[in-house]
Order: sequence, then structure tokens, then C-alpha cells
Amino acid sequence: MPTNISPYIPNTQDDRELMLAAIGVSCIDDLVLDIPEAHRFPKLDIRPALSEFDLTAEIGALASRNAALGEYACFLGAGAYRHYIPSVVKSVVARGEFLTSYTPYQPEVAQGTLQVGFEFQSMICEITGMEVANAGMYDGPTAFAEGALMACRITRRQTVAVLDTVEPRNAQILDAYARHQGIEIVVIGHGDDLPDDAACLMIQSPNQFGVIEDMEALADKAHASGALSVASINPTSLGMFRTPGECDVDIVTAEGQALGVPLSFGGPYVGLFACKDIHKRQMPGRIIGRTTDTKGRVGYVLTLQTREQHIRRERATSNICTSTALIGLLMTTYLAVIGRAGFKKVAELCYHKAHYAAIEIDKLPGYSVKTDGPFFHEFMVECPKPPAEINRALIDSKIIGGHDMSDRSNNGMLICVTEVNTRAEIDALVYALSEIGAVR
Amino acid sequence: MKVPFPGEIDRRLLNERSVSGRIGLQLQEIDVPEQPFPDAGLLRSVEARLPEVSQPEVVRYFTTLSAMNFSIDTNFYPLGSCTMKYNPKVNEEMAFLPGMAGIHPNQPDETVQGALQLIWELQQDLGEITGLPAVCLGPLAGAQGEYSGLMIAQAYFQDQGDFNRTIALMPDSAHGTNPASAAMAGLEVVTVPSDSAGNVDVEALRGLVDQRTCVFMLTLPSTLGLFEPNILEITNIVHEVGGLVYADGANLNALLGIVKLGDLGFDIAHSNLHKTFSTPHGGGGPGAGPVLVSETLASYLPTPVVDRNGDTYRFAAPDKTVGRVNGFHGSFGVLVRAYAYIRAVGAEGMREVSENAIINANYIRTALAEEFGIAADRVCMHECVLSPQAQKAKGVSALDISKRLIDYGIHPPTMYFPLIVPEALMVEPTETETKDTLDRFIAVMRQINKEIDSDPDLLHDAPHDTPNTRLDEANAARHPYLRWQPDDDLTAVD
Repeated sequence: MPTNISPYIPNTQDDRELMLAAIGVSCIDDLVLDIPEAHRFPKLDIRPALSEFDLTAEIGALASRNAALGEYACFLGAGAYRHYIPSVVKSVVARGEFLTSYTPYQPEVAQGTLQVGFEFQSMICEITGMEVANAGMYDGPTAFAEGALMACRITRRQTVAVLDTVEPRNAQILDAYARHQGIEIVVIGHGDDLPDDAACLMIQSPNQFGVIEDMEALADKAHASGALSVASINPTSLGMFRTPGECDVDIVTAEGQALGVPLSFGGPYVGLFACKDIHKRQMPGRIIGRTTDTKGRVGYVLTLQTREQHIRRERATSNICTSTALIGLLMTTYLAVIGRAGFKKVAELCYHKAHYAAIEIDKLPGYSVKTDGPFFHEFMVECPKPPAEINRALIDSKIIGGHDMSDRSNNGMLICVTEVNTRAEIDALVYALSEIGAVR
Repeated sequence: MKVPFPGEIDRRLLNERSVSGRIGLQLQEIDVPEQPFPDAGLLRSVEARLPEVSQPEVVRYFTTLSAMNFSIDTNFYPLGSCTMKYNPKVNEEMAFLPGMAGIHPNQPDETVQGALQLIWELQQDLGEITGLPAVCLGPLAGAQGEYSGLMIAQAYFQDQGDFNRTIALMPDSAHGTNPASAAMAGLEVVTVPSDSAGNVDVEALRGLVDQRTCVFMLTLPSTLGLFEPNILEITNIVHEVGGLVYADGANLNALLGIVKLGDLGFDIAHSNLHKTFSTPHGGGGPGAGPVLVSETLASYLPTPVVDRNGDTYRFAAPDKTVGRVNGFHGSFGVLVRAYAYIRAVGAEGMREVSENAIINANYIRTALAEEFGIAADRVCMHECVLSPQAQKAKGVSALDISKRLIDYGIHPPTMYFPLIVPEALMVEPTETETKDTLDRFIAVMRQINKEIDSDPDLLHDAPHDTPNTRLDEANAARHPYLRWQPDDDLTAVD
């Protein structure tokens, strides 16, 4: 008896023959007769199967060709942030009962996923100061774009005003989402008026330069034009800074990655989405609600589903289906572990360390910190040389430098500092920058 | 389901366990001079009411919650159209290697050559498997792959100076995301009926296509689990009027090494890596929904894609790209898992996967056809759709049968979909289940069928032993209670 070729497929040759006989056919070919014969069983030009040992060696070799953070000190941010991830988070997310379950369409056998989702929604409301939240979107930028579409539905207006301090990548995704819906996107500065028919003002705080925006004034400005305010916020910053809820923002979105999610080269992440209670029935995505069972016990279900594609089809609030529940679990576990005090302390550590770095870099000849006003996580530095050149040199000191912003600011580099950057790392960066800056 | 705990399960939320002063993590001390805080007006005035719980409490809380889930690791999970196959453990380990999980999306290309090579190889492999050679791995789930594909179709026609292609055709059996994505892409949805055999009604399709047809979106095999016998004629009909044909790849698990979408005349497709390519669903994502197109459409793909030049890899934007659909380069962690899967399965193994998926589904179909009825009873591909109308006539619904399956430790099939089948129960066993498991499922279904006559309330009241019996979904929607509130705030909930 030959052994199976795949460890993932249990059927032996005997099993197959017994089953084919039960089906009433003699071979597999009899089950694919609807497929045009000329195209049946094509040769696949992909590589042959690897043993698990060889597989781990091959992927390990690929991984070793990447400069992993930890081995390198990292001062990159601009949308994704390196923070400490407690061991408990990694342990919980590895549980197969969470990892290998589907979207909780059968609530009686998905109370684990559903209760976690309810905790997730609750925590987002707490950190943002908003009244309701959904169970998660793909990532921060797509949540932000969905926020604009939601504002258009609510106001029945078709113009979206975007502040010019919003990260260009976010604006590009908004363009892709809004393009075919007859929505016009207008970029405005802080001093400009909103277009008369604006559905919303899109705000990012901290903005693309790391600066905390005056969300309250901006929300007021939007409301004065009959528009809504949609803010993309940095959730870590809310350990210290004023919440969008306190600023009367209508729709709040965020990239949740900073809260316990590995950087993982850009994904998977989780988009946070919250709003005022009056708008909840216009939200995109899954929403989990608390209810009771036939014995009166508390339990959780997917709710307000008549907004969604599987019920409403072409009239749904969004096409989103599979989202990022597992990444939501990572975030929920992270916030549970760091808790009330830790949430505040992580923000304060980031604040002090980033400001220390900014002060030290600003002292260097040839470098000047351009960020003016309160900032969080990151700040703009004008460098004496092109940032790409500086970053190449920093690699030799095992440092991954800041984000190259020379496309929007002369020799601009956005330097990010979080609680994982030790003073020794910051001092090494400052020293390396001074050495590199001094070389003609 | 056997409840793993005696007595009542403690369902209190974290905040209901919170005790002031407890911490779950010791954070490091500050090692730089403290800087002055900004004005108080910029700071939050009320602390976030996050829980104060110790580490052992956190671990026990989440572990207890996890035990209330059915999952592939613990249960047979024949949820149709979702391809709940085994998720190999080695893939998890690979995705969490420091060189994979610990790299920043904004790192310069020269510092992430291994990651870029992996993306490039996966682009190649998926292109080869589907016969649609140009691939962008960016889209974050199937629905985003669909939207990307529809943007590509629109950009292509606009480039041709053809601005009248405003209609997306799709069968009445389509997934809900198809019409939702089409609406988002500004297209008018027109439904093509199915014929009595469960296939696309070819004559009806012929009557519906014209110069306004942008795309025909088709799931293959269909959501009835059937391969369209007239597929070449169908793609030809759409091409004759200048339209494009889109494949919803949700059911690609039936086609690996069996047939290539590109060979059948499809122009655009998406593939759900969290279905066919074994990456875990995680209770509702993350997924990945790469978009795959013919050479003709390659230059419209979303940005970025990875190009190879000799031994060097770099991110690039296709010439006429439809733009960016997500924050960075896609669900990289999911891509690593899918790559590991393809490398472990290999060229030969691909066909094994689909053949066994097809055999397993037909084994169940043949065994249950007589008692439960099958929508369009003929050879199926990777899934079959039961239609228990005789049982419904006795007062027992597809929902009741589903809930009773839970009592036997089996996750219910997909219920009431496709919409065109009365009392639909869509069963997809996948190739990773043993014959023993299938035999037990068949035996349980037959037992349930007997219970319908002997004690129908066993079904009406099911499930019995789960942490919750049936939940009041109507009340949940009527009185949305969507977040934790302290007891004294409960009046604020509407």
C-alpha cells in the first residue's frame, strides 16, 4: 500500500476507491465530465512539494534576508508603529479555537468570538470616547474611506473635503473607494472654507507630520457647514490626548495595529470604526450585540445585519464580508493586559522618548526639527542630506532610520520613537546622525 | 457539544471583573529625562475605563471564551462556500518568524528582499494555478478583490474610450458581495436566471448581454457546487459583445490542477487565500483576496505589485494602475501562510487537494440525496446543497436541522444560501476530513431525520448543551446593546 503524498489529506487509495464505488463511478474522471475535455487536468508549472523540514529551511532563508526589527533599532512610523507585544497576547491568539473558526454565523457555537468582539467594541468606545463601534474593518485607511462614504449616505451630499495634513496614502485609498460613486474629493487647508455641499471634513490626528490637530475646532467648522467630521486617530495617543468623543467628532476611524499587532510588513491589521449612536444604522461592517437566550442567559449575536451585503446585496452599506476578527482579538487581549494604567503609561513613555529624541536631534548641526506644536509618536526633521542617503548609512549602524518625506518637505525625515526605543538606541541614532551629517 | 466545565460558565465581561490596582503587565521605567506635558486642554479629561485585571485572570478569561467556539481544530465544520479545511500549524510558525512578523512596511526595498521574493513567487504560483498570469496580492479579502477587479474592468473600458459599459451581470445564485461590490463600483446589477438543472440559463444570458455589459460575474463552481457545463459558450457570449468575464474564486478549491480559469475564457478573478490556500479564518478574518487578470489587463492592477530584475525585487506601480486599495502591501502574514501551503502541497498535490474535495462532497451527496433532497441532483464538485423540503413539510426547518447538528458536535452547513434553493443546507466537507468523519456525519444526519418523526422538539429546541441555547436575534436588533456600560449607565441604552 503506497503512503499518502500529503500530510494534510487523510484519504488513502483504498478510501478513495471505496468512496468512488459508493458514489457509483469508477474513477475521478467520471466526476469532472462537465469540464471541457481539452482543458481538463492541465499541467501546473509550480515547484514540487517540500517536506516540512525543507519548507522551514526555505522560508527561514527568505526571512533571514529581511532586516528584522529588534536586530535593528527602528525609527519608522508613518502609519505602522512598533510597540511591545506582551507574551499573553501571542499565546491567546495561537489558540486554535479562535484561529480556526469562521465568522460567527451560528452564535451558539461562537460565543468565544462574539464575546471577544463585544469586548473589542466596548474598548474602542472607551478609548475614543465614542458611543458605538463596529467589530472591525480591514485596516485604518480603508476604515477612513468607509467613514467618508458613510458621511455621504447620512448627509446625502457628494463632496468630501480632505484636510491637506492627511497622509497622502489615506487620500489615495479614499479616491479608490469613492471614484465610482460620483463623489468629488476636495483638498483644503486649515484656513479654507468647506465647500457648501460638503458631506464631511476628513481629519487625521496626529496628522501626517505627527502633529495633534485641534479636532474640536475642525469638527465645529464642519458642523457649521452642515457637514460631518470624520477623524482618523492614533489610538495609542489617546492614552494621553483628548478623545474625538470629547471633541464632538461624528465618525472616528483608526489603524488598530499599534495596539498589540505585529508589524508583519503591513498586514494583517485591523481598522477601528466608531460613531455617534444616531448614525449606527449607517455603519459598515459587522456589529455584535448583547441579547438573551431561550433560558434567559446573556449571550452575543451578530446584529443590525440588514445593513450588510449578505442580506441587502447591492443596497448594503458596504461590500465588506470577511474582515479582521482575529486581529481584533489581538487588540482586545493587548488592552486587557496593559489595562487602564498601562494604556496611559505607554502613551506617556512614547511622548517623553519622542520629545527627548527631538530635542537631541534639533541640537545637531545641519538638522532641525520642523514640527511645530504638540506631537505624538513622530516628528519632522529637515536633514542636511537626502533622507534616503542618511538611511542607507544608518543601516551600517544597525539602525533603520525615519520615513523619507522628501517628496513633501525639503530633505524631510519623519522620525518615530515609541516605548520600545531605549535611551541607548536614541543616543546611538543621534550620534550616527551627527556623524553622517558631518561627512561632506 | 460537551460543555468542558461543570456548572455555570462565568460570562462576566472584563470590566465586570476589574479590581482597582491590579495590573496585567509591568511596563518598563522611563529612561529619558521627562518632558513637560502640553496644555491640559489638549489632554483627555476622563480616563478610558479599561479593565484592571491580573495576568492569570486574562489568560483564564480568554481561554474559557475560546472553549465556547467550534473550530476546525476541534470539530467537523462543513460550512459551504467557506472551505473550512485544516490550517497547517507550520504556516503559523513561518508567519511569526522575526524576519516576517518583525519587518516594517515602510522599510526600504533593499532591507526586505526575502519578503519581496516571497510575494513575487506567490504572484507567479497563483498566476500559474489559475491561468491568469498577472497578479496583485494586495486586496485584503474576497470583497476587496472583487472591487479591485471591477475597477480594473472599468479602467480598461474607459481607456478604450468606451464609457457605456454600466452593467454587471450575475447569476441569481451569486454571493452577496458580488452585487454589493458592483454597486460600490457604480455598476447596475442585472440578474441572470438559472435553468432547471442549476446552470446559468444560457439563452437568458444571450438576451441580457449587449454593448452595456461591463462584466459577467460568475462563481465557478457555482454556489450550488456545480461546474457550468456550458462555460466556454458562456464566456464566448460575453466576449462577443465586448464584455469581460469575472470569476468569483470563492470555490477555487474544486479546481486546483483540474482546470485553469484563464483557459476557460475568464479575464479577471479573485482568490480567497483564507479558503483554498488554507490560511485560518480567525473567526471572521483576516483574509486575503488577490486579484488575478489576463496579460491584457495587467497594467491596470492595483498598486503595488512586486517586479523582479535579475536577483533583485522591488515594489512597482503598474502603468495604468487603478490605484491603492489598502494601507500597505496587503495581508502579508496571510501571504506567508499561503506561500508555505503551496510549497508544502506542490504541483502534484494541488490536484490531490481538489480531487479529494470533489470525492468527499459527492460521497455525502450520494448518501443523503434520498432522505434530504439535493438541489439539482447530479455530480457536484467540492460541495453539495441539500434541500430538506420534505422535512419542512413536517414542521422542521433547515435551521432546526442545523441547530440539532450542534448537539452532535458538528458545525452546521451554510443555511439558506444560495437564495434560489428552498431550505438550502450547503455542505462542503473539504479534502482534509477522513472517511470516518464523513460516515459519522451521514449517520448523524440520518439519525436526525428519524428524530423528526419521533421527537421533533429535539430539533426545535436544539442546541441543548451549548453555553447558550438559541439567542434572541430579533430583540438584539430592536434594542441594540453594543458595548459594556457600568450598571448605573444602563438607562442610557435605548
